[in-house]
Amino acid sequence: MQQIINFIIRNKNFLLFLLLFFIAIVFTIQSHSYHKSKFINSANFVSGGVYNSVNNISEYFNLKSQNQLLSEENNRLRELLFNSEIDDDSTYFDSISQNKSYRFSTAQVIKNSYSATDNILLINKGQNNSIRQDFGVITTKGIVGIVDKSSSRFSTVISILNTTNSSISAGLKKTAHYGSLRWNGENPQLVQLIDVPINARINIGDTIVTSGQSSIFPKGIPIGAIQDFKNDVAENFYEINVKLFNDMTNLEHVYIIENIHKEEIENLLNE
Amino acid sequence: MNSAITGNIIRFIALVLVQVVIFNHINFYGYINPYIYILFIAFFPVKDNRTTLILISFFLGLSIDIFLDSGGIHAAASVFIAYIRPVLLKSSFGTMYEHQTIRFSGIDLGPKIVYITLLVLAHHLILFSLEIFSISKIIFILQKTLFSSIFTILLSIIISVIFSKNTK
Repeated sequence: MQQIINFIIRNKNFLLFLLLFFIAIVFTIQSHSYHKSKFINSANFVSGGVYNSVNNISEYFNLKSQNQLLSEENNRLRELLFNSEIDDDSTYFDSISQNKSYRFSTAQVIKNSYSATDNILLINKGQNNSIRQDFGVITTKGIVGIVDKSSSRFSTVISILNTTNSSISAGLKKTAHYGSLRWNGENPQLVQLIDVPINARINIGDTIVTSGQSSIFPKGIPIGAIQDFKNDVAENFYEINVKLFNDMTNLEHVYIIENIHKEEIENLLNE
Repeated sequence: MNSAITGNIIRFIALVLVQVVIFNHINFYGYINPYIYILFIAFFPVKDNRTTLILISFFLGLSIDIFLDSGGIHAAASVFIAYIRPVLLKSSFGTMYEHQTIRFSGIDLGPKIVYITLLVLAHHLILFSLEIFSISKIIFILQKTLFSSIFTILLSIIISVIFSKNTK
């Protein structure tokens, strides 16, 4: 017994090092698996508060480009509104509003990251604004990611620029062929679309949109355009490089999408 | 003694804040960021307890991890360099370290550069190996380690020269 205690005292530095290193590795491995990182996330009071106050100042620096983006979006929506076929007279009854299935809300990105291989963003809305896990996040130009953890005032978002966690179903705009969206961790402007069957006819420049196969994103949200493509090793599927419409390095105003029927869909799928 | 502890606490908080607020948003050439918070570990007083340093390093790395949502990669790398620090001290400063007379304010620039370089390389190699977490991307790991290390080493030396007290 004496010897064991002596051994521990003599090697206490090494044992402490091993213990702490092991704990850190466990945290790392947890963060590499989807929805497992329980403790270590920035959606807490301290780090959220720090990022929020920093963002209060730094948001002024890109007001101009953000205003430009928002006015472009306003312009696009106005065009849709005035060119729509719907006659806005008193007998008209908007049946779409009766069974709408997506609810939108706005948020601001207070911490953006794109230089790591597993990028996670922080937004300034949380459970108080009924933001929950697995809500989709988009901008005016395209998709951003999926909500992961929420505290009462902040939420973390798994960016599409994330090599381990992200697997979003996406496909071609013109046909119904779809695959899953990945990122190889290298260029923040290029993501990879894999598992698109080889018999799909694709061309450089084709638009890639969300496929609506998952219950997170509605169908048809723009993602990017095909930059180049090649066949994979087994020659059954394409590997496509997609150039994002979104500038992931300049994110400020985002929209959060909630699928109201999500629970129903998932219950059905799990039965 | 008390003022030394207060100084260390202030340095801890200041380095974490400067790291997460400024140096993580540099993104030079797309992905190169300096990690200057390890200066805390590098210039932790030598005569203080080694066990304390290992513990503090863990919490230093963990606070960076919480801010960056990076799991435990900074904690692991920080604990590692805190553990191997005596070896690096001995190899860069030689006999000065043996006699426990070393004080970081009064040493020459040459050994200081060697010491910081070794420490930064060890830290970044562990950091990026754990971040990328795949042996097949070893080239990418080494590339990131090399470029970020150069950036960190330059900044660390500049900062340590600016903030060193001239007590010669």
